[in-house]
Amino acid sequence: MQSRQRGNMNNVDVLVVGAGHGGAQVAIAIRQRKFDGSILVVGDEPELPYERPPLSKEYFAREKSFEQMLIRPARFWEERHVMMALNTRVTSVDPIARTVDLDDGRTIRYNSLVWAAGGRARGLSCSGHTLKGVHSVRTRSDVDRIVGELPQTERVVVIGGGYVGLETAAAFVKLGKKVTLVEMLDRVLARVAGVSLSRFFEAEHRAHGVDIRLNTSVERLEGEDRVTGVRLGDNKVVPADLVIVGIGIIPAVEPLLKAGAMGANGVLVDEYCRTSLPQVFAIGDCAMHANIFASGAQLRLESVQNATEMANVAASVIAGQPQTYRAVPWFWSNQYDLRLQTIGLSIGHDREVLRGSMATRSFSVIYLKQNKVIALDCMNTTKDYVQGRALVVGGHAIQACRLADVTVPLKKLIEEVVA
Amino acid sequence: MAVINVERSSGEKQVVTATAGQSLMEALRSAGIDEVLAICGGCCSCATCHVYIDDTFLEHLPPLGATEDDLLDSLSDRTARSRLSCQIRLTEDLSGIVLRVAPEE
Repeated sequence: MQSRQRGNMNNVDVLVVGAGHGGAQVAIAIRQRKFDGSILVVGDEPELPYERPPLSKEYFAREKSFEQMLIRPARFWEERHVMMALNTRVTSVDPIARTVDLDDGRTIRYNSLVWAAGGRARGLSCSGHTLKGVHSVRTRSDVDRIVGELPQTERVVVIGGGYVGLETAAAFVKLGKKVTLVEMLDRVLARVAGVSLSRFFEAEHRAHGVDIRLNTSVERLEGEDRVTGVRLGDNKVVPADLVIVGIGIIPAVEPLLKAGAMGANGVLVDEYCRTSLPQVFAIGDCAMHANIFASGAQLRLESVQNATEMANVAASVIAGQPQTYRAVPWFWSNQYDLRLQTIGLSIGHDREVLRGSMATRSFSVIYLKQNKVIALDCMNTTKDYVQGRALVVGGHAIQACRLADVTVPLKKLIEEVVA
Repeated sequence: MAVINVERSSGEKQVVTATAGQSLMEALRSAGIDEVLAICGGCCSCATCHVYIDDTFLEHLPPLGATEDDLLDSLSDRTARSRLSCQIRLTEDLSGIVLRVAPEE
C-alpha cells in the first residue's frame, strides 16, 4: 500500500500509454500479479477501455450496446487503483529523465512506461479526403458518426479489401445498402491470406451483391461539402453517400521514435516486449517483434490476441516474474454467416492445400512452407482450427494429400507424426 | 439479478451478482475475475473463458453448441462439466449457480 499512496497523477510507478485492449490488459495483469505500485493509463479517446472488434460488427449493427463492450466497468478501475487520463495525448517522451509530456500541459514521471498506443487509421491523401461522409472504422466515435449518417445513406463505397473493409461491407449489406468495394491490389486480403481464401471471400461478397473492383486505385473523392462519389483510377465515378476508408493503420509511435527508440514502422521490442529505451515496453499493434511463428521475421500483429498476450508479458516483467512472448498467433473474422478462424501466420508460405470444398462453405486452407504446416485459415470449421494448432506449433511436415483428406481428422495426423 | 458462486482458479471463493441479460462471462469479467481472459469478447472464437459448472446446474444450461464443443476440445483440462462462460446467458432460474474457473492453459 505504501507505494500506492506515493503514486499521484504526476509521479507513477507504471505509466501506460494507450487505453485499448493492450493498455487495459497490462493494467489488469499487473494487478493480478499483486504488484501494488501506482498505475496511470493515458488514452486519447474519451471512453474507458472497450473492445474494438464489435465496432465493425455487432456495435455497428446495434446488436451490442457500448456498455457491453467495456472491457471492465468504471468501478473496476477504481477498485484496482488504476488511474485513467482519458481524452489525453502524449506529446513527448524523455527517456533519461523518465518523463512524459501530455497535451494537457502535465508532465508525468514514470518508473516503467508501457507504450500501447496502437495506431491511427490511415487516411487517404487524394483530393476530397476531408469531405463530410468519409470515415474510418477504428474508434467508437467513427462508428457513431457512420450510424448517424445511415438514414441518408443508400450507396456506400468501401476503400480497402482488408478485414475491416470486408467486415464493414458485410455490415452495410445487412442493412440493405448498396456497396462497392475498391481494392488497389489484384485480390482482397492480399496482405494476410493466400489466394484461394481471397477468391472465396470475393465470391461470397459478390453473391451478397457487393460490387468488388480489384486492381483499382482511387483518383479522388468527388463532392463540394459532402462526398458524392469516388473517382477511380480508370476515371469511372462510383456514386457514394458514404465512403469508408479501411486501408490499414499507421502505428502511433512518433514520440517514442523521437525519444530514440529503435524502430520505423512500429517500435522494435525484444521477447520481453522491451524497447531499446530503458524501462520502456511496447505492446500490441505498434510493437515490431521477431515472431517465432514467422521464422523470426520482424513484424507487427494487429490483433486483440497479440495485444493481450504482449500485455501479459510486459506485466510479468514489471511485476518481477518475467515471461517471454511465445504465443501462437490466432485471429477471427465474422462476415455474413461466415466464421473465419486463423491459427499461425501464413506469411512466407510456398503452398496452399485446400481441405474440404469451398462449395460447402466449410473448409480449411492449410499453408505450407518447405512442406511444414505454418498456418490454417479455417472457414466454418472450428474442428480444424482447434486440431490444426498442434500442427503449427510442432512445425510438422505432412504430405499435402493427407492434409487434404477430410475423412481423416487433423488430430490423427499429429498422432501419426508423434508416434 | 442472478447470483453466481465462483471458485477462482486460486481457490478463493467469491459471490458475484450479475445484471439481467449478461452472459456468465460478462458477469465474471465485470466482477474482476481477471483470470477469465475472454479474448474474443464472447463471440465463441476462442476458449479463454472456460469454467466448470456444478452438476446440479449443468442440466439447466442451454445445450452445448457445436462450435463451443469443438473449442472445448482444444483444452487439455476439459471435463464433463466444462463450458465456455460466454455461451451462457444468465436468467433468473440460474441464480445461485456454482462454478469453478478452469486453470489457464
